[in-house]
Amino acid sequence: MAPKKKKTIRMIPQARTPAHEQEPQVRARNFLEVNCGYQIEDALLEAERCLMCPEQPCVSGCPVGIAIPDFIQKITEKDFRGAYDVITATNLLPAVCGRVCPQETQCEGVCTVGESLEPVAIGRLERWVGDLAIRDGWSNVPYIEPSGFRVGIVGSGPAGMACAADMAKAGCEVTVFEAFHQAGGVLKYGIPDFRLPNEVVDAEIGKLERLGIRFECNTLVGRLFTIEQMIEEMGFHAVFVGTGAGYPSFMGIPGESLNGVLSANELLTRCNLMRARDFPAYDTPLQPGKMVAVIGAGNTAMDAMRVSLRLGADKVRCLYRRSRAEAPARAEEIHHAEEEGIEFNWLVSPVEILDDGHRNVRAVRCIRMTLGEPDETGRRKPRPEPGSEFEIDADMVVYAIGTNANPIIGQTSKLKLNSRGYIATDEQLATSIPGVFAGGDIVTGAATVIEAMGAGRLAARGMKAFLGLRETDCVYRDPPAVPHSTLFGIDPAEHCYARVRLPR
Amino acid sequence: MNSATADPGFEIVARQDFSDVTFLLEIRHPLLAKAARPGQFVIVMAHEHGERIPLTIADFDRDRGTITLVIQAVGKTTREMQRDCRAGTRLHGLVGPMGIPSQIGKARKVLCVGGGLGVAPVYPQARAFKQSGAYVIGVLGFRTRELIFWEDKFRACCDELIVCTDDGSAGIKGLVTEGIRQAIERHPDIEECIAIGPPVMMKGCAEATRPHKIRTIVSLNPVMVDGTGMCGGCRVKIGERVKFACVDGPDFDGHLVDFDDLMFRLQRYKATERDANERFNEHCRMMNRAPTVS
Repeated sequence: MAPKKKKTIRMIPQARTPAHEQEPQVRARNFLEVNCGYQIEDALLEAERCLMCPEQPCVSGCPVGIAIPDFIQKITEKDFRGAYDVITATNLLPAVCGRVCPQETQCEGVCTVGESLEPVAIGRLERWVGDLAIRDGWSNVPYIEPSGFRVGIVGSGPAGMACAADMAKAGCEVTVFEAFHQAGGVLKYGIPDFRLPNEVVDAEIGKLERLGIRFECNTLVGRLFTIEQMIEEMGFHAVFVGTGAGYPSFMGIPGESLNGVLSANELLTRCNLMRARDFPAYDTPLQPGKMVAVIGAGNTAMDAMRVSLRLGADKVRCLYRRSRAEAPARAEEIHHAEEEGIEFNWLVSPVEILDDGHRNVRAVRCIRMTLGEPDETGRRKPRPEPGSEFEIDADMVVYAIGTNANPIIGQTSKLKLNSRGYIATDEQLATSIPGVFAGGDIVTGAATVIEAMGAGRLAARGMKAFLGLRETDCVYRDPPAVPHSTLFGIDPAEHCYARVRLPR
Repeated sequence: MNSATADPGFEIVARQDFSDVTFLLEIRHPLLAKAARPGQFVIVMAHEHGERIPLTIADFDRDRGTITLVIQAVGKTTREMQRDCRAGTRLHGLVGPMGIPSQIGKARKVLCVGGGLGVAPVYPQARAFKQSGAYVIGVLGFRTRELIFWEDKFRACCDELIVCTDDGSAGIKGLVTEGIRQAIERHPDIEECIAIGPPVMMKGCAEATRPHKIRTIVSLNPVMVDGTGMCGGCRVKIGERVKFACVDGPDFDGHLVDFDDLMFRLQRYKATERDANERFNEHCRMMNRAPTVS
């Protein structure tokens, strides 16, 4: 490759290329995607903004370590397929991650360009490449050497998918078990279509199936068969548990059992997976809320608020006990929610949900909060202001204040749990049962999609070591810089291994 | 189990109608039949656009590899199932067994009470108690003689059986609480009571046993979506604590359950359910009126 002139901050397009978005007033009433993504010219322009700096802080900022400058380089060279290949070497779901990663705290948060200008829109570029791959039907089905091992994955969410993909590439026969009737986990039931269309998730799952992975839905592991049975009776050599942290928390304040009070999980599952928004074409009902109060300010809270708006609410309010600066949601989600007319009530905490006399919600009594000293997580601790109570009208109250560990695996297996009920693992994500690994929210507590995927991949590495499989990352790493080092087109590191193409 | 792509579904191998609203489906699922224990439930999705409904497992046959559900056609989904589910057809989704299995303890004399549709799910418990060597007294309540089902099955596993009908057309006249009263009178040494049925009936049972301090287990069936502890729609008040019926239950101590709260929460979707029912009626009328071409 001819050495290029080094780019400087003055040479690149100064402003971030905007993505096309639906107008707030329009989109607040439909479930189509808010962010319509880049066009080819946008992507080419934005790709120019990457300085190709030697430090590459973005790569270490990415939980799965995507070779970000390399794929952006491929975009600038108009080698879009090449860009896709670079991304999929580490991340199988670019169309998903480009949409839902909190880039501002990861790759974009540490981008060198971001020190003086707005950072490179890495997420939007990744999504553009991912969408292009779906549109053109690209998928990288590598040559896979069957290893003879069988791997069971419990849960088809992002952690399970990432682990499944790595194990399939390592030649294992992989089966993913899902309790719902559709695969995808939180990507399907949780994240709404206007942020991540279910078709995108299905397309990405289709790619995993092309790797030979089988998805078994309607299967509640733990109850239909246990983790121990998978290892001892069903012939699985290794198992990965990625069941997530889907047990929603409530606050324990008076009025929580009133009709009209529900968890964000319930609202989102009814609306997204069960399609209650298309009632009566779909049978699942949803209580209509006209005045909705959502408690919490994470991504789930934003989703719940924006879903409520699209379901026809007149007024949607966010109640959060800290201030905007501490809100855990992605910056873009808060921004979008504000644009759509969500009313944010910072430094407010509910103390009681009030009854209309017919066991329905009438209002929420709240108290104002002030921020004190930072706690152990570094966030400033909110304290109630005595005597500041007031009422907010509401007919629906949605809890989005976090979740706890799902108890089913703990109830049905001897896996060691930690004090909070999450599965205890070592650094390689191995559990107390040999051959059983766990990762994602069921180990760490609620986190992000990409962190769960990172955990799935880490567990896959541990699993490969456990099974005595060689590390396959070297097979799928980028082509060597000096292409002549191959012998008959085969990397010397690989020349002893037979290559067998799996039948479709 | 079925794949995400291919959808073979779950085959219904037999159907039996007990009355114009109550019917039984026997569904092939060998793995589920093997795993099921008394007290557990499944979630059924009749078709791709259907809702997920929890149904208590009424019986399981490990040799045949089937499970049995008894369904009352009351809402749109169950009425549609009554119309469409025949032997040979398939259910879109069936997942389970869910919930913590009932504890078949060491009680030597137990009362198994089933009211209406609850008669079905109390059967595996009565059978399990019988197998564990207990003296089993069955109390079954129905509105009227025509609605009685499974009397023979209960006779086979109960040492005594009391059938109650609201109108007195069979057995003793009165509610199951009357049956419980008579049973306790005859057997002051009853150690445990299992009561399954509509919430108001379970509440009555709990009140009937409370003065006698008989441990009373009820099986709750609140509104659910996933059945795996994820939505929290099924939260119930047990004493001072809030529990999720799907993963912490469905069995709870009847003397601690807040039944009024449960009954109110069951009304959450009443309006939409009524709409759906009316729309279904209209749809059925249209179908009947439509000219048959072929």
